[in-house]
Amino acid sequence: MNSIRATVSKILTYSIVDGPGNRLVIFLQGCNFDCAACHNPHTIGECTHCGDCIPACHADALSLVDGRIAFDPLACDQCDDCLEVCPIDANPMVREYNVGEILALAREHRPFLTGVTVSGGEPTRQLRFVTTLFEAIKSDEALEGLDCFIDSNGNLGASGWESVLPVTDGVMLDIKSFDDALHRELTGKGNLKSLQSARLLHDAGKLYELRYLLVPGKTDHDAELEGLIQFVRGLGGDVRVRLNAFQHHGVRPNAREWQPMSKAGVGRAAARLRAAGIRNVVEPAVYV
Amino acid sequence: MQDTLRKLRSIANDATLNPAQKARYLSLEAENLLPYPSLDAETRQALDERVICDMYEGHAPYKPRYVLPDYRVVLQEGSEYLELPVPATLDEAINTLMIAYHHVPSVTGMPVYIGQLDELLLPFCADVSDDELYEKIRLFWRYLDRTLPDAFMHANIGPTDNRVARAILRVDAELKQIAPNLTLLYDPQASGEEILAMAGNNIAECCKPHIANHAVHAQAFDERGYGIVSCYNVLPLAGGASTLTRVNLKEVARRAGSEDEFFAATLPHFLELNFRLTQARIDYLFDESGFFDSFLVTEGWIDKDRFTAMFGVFAMAEAVNILQDKEGREGRYGFDEGANALGHRISAAIADAVRDRPLDKVWRGRALLHSQAGLSDDSDATPGVRIPYGTEPDPVSHVRALAPHHQYYDAGISEILTVDESVTNNPEALVQLCKGAFANGFREFTVNVASNDLVRVTGYMVRLSDIRRFNDRQGSRTNTTVLGAEAADRTGILDRKPRVVGNELYPGYGQ
Repeated sequence: MNSIRATVSKILTYSIVDGPGNRLVIFLQGCNFDCAACHNPHTIGECTHCGDCIPACHADALSLVDGRIAFDPLACDQCDDCLEVCPIDANPMVREYNVGEILALAREHRPFLTGVTVSGGEPTRQLRFVTTLFEAIKSDEALEGLDCFIDSNGNLGASGWESVLPVTDGVMLDIKSFDDALHRELTGKGNLKSLQSARLLHDAGKLYELRYLLVPGKTDHDAELEGLIQFVRGLGGDVRVRLNAFQHHGVRPNAREWQPMSKAGVGRAAARLRAAGIRNVVEPAVYV
Repeated sequence: MQDTLRKLRSIANDATLNPAQKARYLSLEAENLLPYPSLDAETRQALDERVICDMYEGHAPYKPRYVLPDYRVVLQEGSEYLELPVPATLDEAINTLMIAYHHVPSVTGMPVYIGQLDELLLPFCADVSDDELYEKIRLFWRYLDRTLPDAFMHANIGPTDNRVARAILRVDAELKQIAPNLTLLYDPQASGEEILAMAGNNIAECCKPHIANHAVHAQAFDERGYGIVSCYNVLPLAGGASTLTRVNLKEVARRAGSEDEFFAATLPHFLELNFRLTQARIDYLFDESGFFDSFLVTEGWIDKDRFTAMFGVFAMAEAVNILQDKEGREGRYGFDEGANALGHRISAAIADAVRDRPLDKVWRGRALLHSQAGLSDDSDATPGVRIPYGTEPDPVSHVRALAPHHQYYDAGISEILTVDESVTNNPEALVQLCKGAFANGFREFTVNVASNDLVRVTGYMVRLSDIRRFNDRQGSRTNTTVLGAEAADRTGILDRKPRVVGNELYPGYGQ
């Protein structure tokens, strides 16, 4: 179990926005989409140990050891300058964790936790780790009652889902666009797999939340919202739809040219969904 | 005398005070013309230098600081003194309480405890429908806020899940009033998940109620029970606290040459002086003031022997950081394990001293330790053992840093956990945080939801919209919604006395 390791960008022991209740969130490094609107772009790439970040680190927390980046978390003062200079949107501060280390953290914080969420990056790229972790949580007496969630872009095939769903309680799935061409423009990939994943997860009763990012002038127009409505109707039953609002926080320079999404704009989209019979629409509580 | 007259005149002519507020401040000034209860020179000097503090309770303690009547007495037996018959209906019961509250003194002149309301009212609810109950509670709540406008007035509900508690939670979330303050006593065995979930929704809505760890509190008191009043003070029911004195740990630490000296000499010295101050004030109340001849005693609402002495401490954060500096250590309170452990050691030392020091005319012969949550004029002194505002870590780290203190503070301790408003989409998280806090030994769970209109400053509620309205009138600091770091500024703003205030925070005019 502990031979399986994951590359982890960050771990939070307190999160109220990554699924129900308070959650332990493991952000896995690396993503198979390259979204312009990503607000954590440093989780996309994987470090090639080029060393370009070393001179940017004023705290001398980074060095090359045997050709690989070595990171000293005690020296780091979290200025994030290394992320700025990374040419491939990777993160030299990543750490490798094995399943046992995550379990220990979960046990330490157990009374505060409703569950565990793997996020990213795209966590399903490290699916074996996720499956092993969730299996271990489910069979650990001290962690009884914790639920296991995945926050995913849906770019995973059916066999992948089949391997992890037996130990997964819910998935939060992002659909970036219902138009394949626009989806390619926004993410670099088509939307077919994501749409199929949403259907599969819904049919399996594991689609906790369908998420949709509203970007003014790109994903908030009539055809897109109509696409969202038709898709949710097609799923049938009660689907929780979370509308997210594009903001500038954390995004790369290109996307800073885009308009941020206003609360009123989200409100209009939410009203339209509700008028179309989608009852469970969640709007952001905070716009930052 | 000229200065005194000038001050009295300025109170009488202060256009920002209403007549009742003026009367209160005038009476305080008159009381303070009397000589102080007799103190030895050392104690007097420590009080003058505010290393120890009497909360400006006044020179002639003629009433206990906090009175927690057992309102069951008047509801079950009526009152001869107040000429009240035994109530038979819910209307009569609520009316009896409404009258009773006006005869319960406290340091502010307003009742700080209005009872374990669900337990008090349930016997009258058998023939009352849920709709009627809701409507009667709604009017009762409006009455309380409008006639007893003190944010320290405190209602208790729980630990059982019952109709009255639910009606109160529903009304409280709808009205979003500052008064009364509200605590749900929670016990996983007795309360169940549903009322805790309701409380979580209410906190997301209006930052109330506080949730009290009933099992832990019940153990510290006796069968007659306890109540939670004012700013999270936990006191014997049918009694209360004669006085609250407090030690400024920052000032104590400043006077110590080293950590060793602090523990061996400086801290014990000032704790002893605070005990003396406490005893002098209690002696006056019991032996001189005649308070306990009241009908409250003769009719059994309160028992003279059930009044404790609250022994408060504050500015733990500054004390620890000063001692860290003196020892050449970098770690800061709230963030460094060593600094946190030093804080826990200070709490343990104080708890030992309180346990070992007999006091006369005090419930069980010993004071009860209290983490004191501040006065409006405290500057650079963080309330109780809290982490300074605006620098707190996330709520989970926050709880873990402070939880080891909680075992020592029987008379109440509270931390204010700030949670961003995303939680309004996920109140379940509040419930989980509460469970985690209690599992770690927290006695009390209190949350500020950032951006909520009702927020806490040092422990009482203020309405942000009131402050904004005030700011707009002044044309300064408009649109301020930032939390935490500006809490001190806010209390300053409130010197203009909105209608509903926390009277305890302003113990005298100009303070």
